[in-house]
Amino acid sequence: MIGADFLNALLFSSGYNATVVALGCAAFGLSAGAIGCFVLLRGRALISDAAAHATLPGVAGAFILAASFGWNARALGLLLAGAGLTAALAVGVVTLLGRGGRIRDDAAMALVLSIGYGIGVVLFSIVQSLPVGGQAGLQGFILGQAAGMSAADATLIAALALFSLLMLALLFKPLTALCFDAEFAAATGLPVKLLDALLMALMLAVAVSGLRAVGLILVVGLMVIPAVTARLLTDRLVTMVPIAAAAGAVSAWVGTAISAASPKLPTGATIALTACALFILALLLAPRRGAIAFAYRQARLSLVIARDHALRAMVEATERGAAPRDWPGLAAEAGWSRLQRLVLPSWFLSAGWVASGPVLALLPRGRALAEDVTRRHRLWEHYMQSAGGLPPQEAHRAADQVEHALPPDVVRDAEAWLRSHDPARLPPGAALPPPGETPSRGADR
Amino acid sequence: MNTLPEVAPLAVRHLSVAYDDKPVLWDLSWACPAGALVAIVGPNGAGKSTLIKASLGLVPRLSGDVRIFGQDLAAARRRVGYLPQRASVDWDFPITALQVVSMGRYPRVGWLRPLPRAERERARAALDEVGMADFAGRQIGQLSGGQQQRVFLARALALEADLYLMDEPFAGVDAATERAIVDVLQRLVQEGRTVVAVHHDLATAPQYFQHVLLLNVRAIAAGPMETTFTPENLGRAYGGRLSLLEQAVAAANRDGGRVA
Repeated sequence: MIGADFLNALLFSSGYNATVVALGCAAFGLSAGAIGCFVLLRGRALISDAAAHATLPGVAGAFILAASFGWNARALGLLLAGAGLTAALAVGVVTLLGRGGRIRDDAAMALVLSIGYGIGVVLFSIVQSLPVGGQAGLQGFILGQAAGMSAADATLIAALALFSLLMLALLFKPLTALCFDAEFAAATGLPVKLLDALLMALMLAVAVSGLRAVGLILVVGLMVIPAVTARLLTDRLVTMVPIAAAAGAVSAWVGTAISAASPKLPTGATIALTACALFILALLLAPRRGAIAFAYRQARLSLVIARDHALRAMVEATERGAAPRDWPGLAAEAGWSRLQRLVLPSWFLSAGWVASGPVLALLPRGRALAEDVTRRHRLWEHYMQSAGGLPPQEAHRAADQVEHALPPDVVRDAEAWLRSHDPARLPPGAALPPPGETPSRGADR
Repeated sequence: MNTLPEVAPLAVRHLSVAYDDKPVLWDLSWACPAGALVAIVGPNGAGKSTLIKASLGLVPRLSGDVRIFGQDLAAARRRVGYLPQRASVDWDFPITALQVVSMGRYPRVGWLRPLPRAERERARAALDEVGMADFAGRQIGQLSGGQQQRVFLARALALEADLYLMDEPFAGVDAATERAIVDVLQRLVQEGRTVVAVHHDLATAPQYFQHVLLLNVRAIAAGPMETTFTPENLGRAYGGRLSLLEQAVAAANRDGGRVA
């Protein structure tokens, strides 16, 4: 049953009203994700949270005002105007308190958040005692309740959100300059105070437009989570903003559909949790910054290091005229871990570096690679001894630490340096002898 | 540019700045010579960065006034370029080197329009000038400290200013970058522009700069390097606590090491 309701809501086939509500929430998610990028990059996430909590007295106050004048106390526009007013007041108070270092910024935000929310709760209890109807709907402003929204409400929300998005697009470059380097922006004559105020105004407009859908407690989540998700996926603000907007829109739309299928769940929770799910996916799967990609790179690097040590050990054994090793002997000499002992032999065999047999013999491909690896190591060892003045043992250790991560151009630079400063260390031919006072292999271990 | 009348690119009169009630700059009057490389030298907390920021209107001043080429800052804004300290921004910011440098072009073309192709090419040329053309598409966090400083310098170059105010352009850069920055600064001055830079390294100051302002909350001395950068003046600027011997030894060591 719930599954069918969810699909209907997701595919806009639950009727006109539900479709408009879903689209309205999605429009909010779109602009929340986009503005969230700038809120985050300007370091304004906490002040946004304080502002969102400070919408509560505005909502309740507007309701009381309307009830006492006999207006329609459920008119969304009026309630949102009240919310925006007290939230703007909160931003102003935080700014004033923080100025001049009298009170730390985070303390000022916590203070304003609690005071705003506290006053809101008190006003709410007054609202409950009023002899008018419609109080129940107000609860939706705290944790979000899309189900009770009318098409007109949703249209208002969408209009507010899309207007903010438009303004954001217009101010994209000045806001980028503000967030990246406010001092430089100010020095070129950009009105940074005005821009900061505009950013806060856009944030307030989006936060207020999201009150009905996600509620004041979680609205900041829909600004922050999609932005952080997008940051994992890209290194460019010009792509981060659309990705965050899309993540916000999808979260809001899917979250609304879930909440439509099980109306007891507050929409704020379902939307925020959908956004979290997207974030966790990105955290795991992001191509460069993701946890899996990171673990893969680490594992790969450690395997390459173990491989290089083994190949070098084989070359040096041949140079010494020592007897060929078997796998356990090679593993011990190259210092392989238990896991590496399991994995590396099959890699060596499948890559065609060694021939299988009781003792290990390098095949031509393996020999070429091994000689290159050895040459790189020795080149760096020479360089550390000659340019860095390190004693042989330390040069050997230093080479071990960096050689696997050295980009080819650095290796070329080191070689060029040696050629011009210490050519005696570079005899003609491709092979490179070990540095003069070669650390003795036996004593080394 | 040489046809301009000889007005001081930067002149401050009776400038005082305080944070809370602690004076940082006190009654500073100074006129910067035109077409020169000028160092601002002084101990920590001497107000060097504050002088630059106050000249650009970035910090409020208690008293005094600032003239840029004889004009108000607002009127002369296009003729001043600012290079902030590298540590003042978040280098993890999702932006490329070229996009940072492009920010130096927006003040001329307008912030609300897309950047024309020709302007983008000028930004690219500025990157090229500091030897960073190959890194145009790189996210700035992936650059080394020296490369980041070059990107900042390229952004300043893109402003095409007549007066550059630079806050520690040589802080924390490698020797190659230091050399590259010096070359760019010298070229700027050859073109008739003026460069004023906060400089920390007493050993290289006389080598790189032609004029100096010695600062310690008040102006201690100002003038051509040869006549102003004297042990007596340095001693006054550093409150006599400066061990010149120590500095000289450090300088000798550094120069010895630089042969490589």
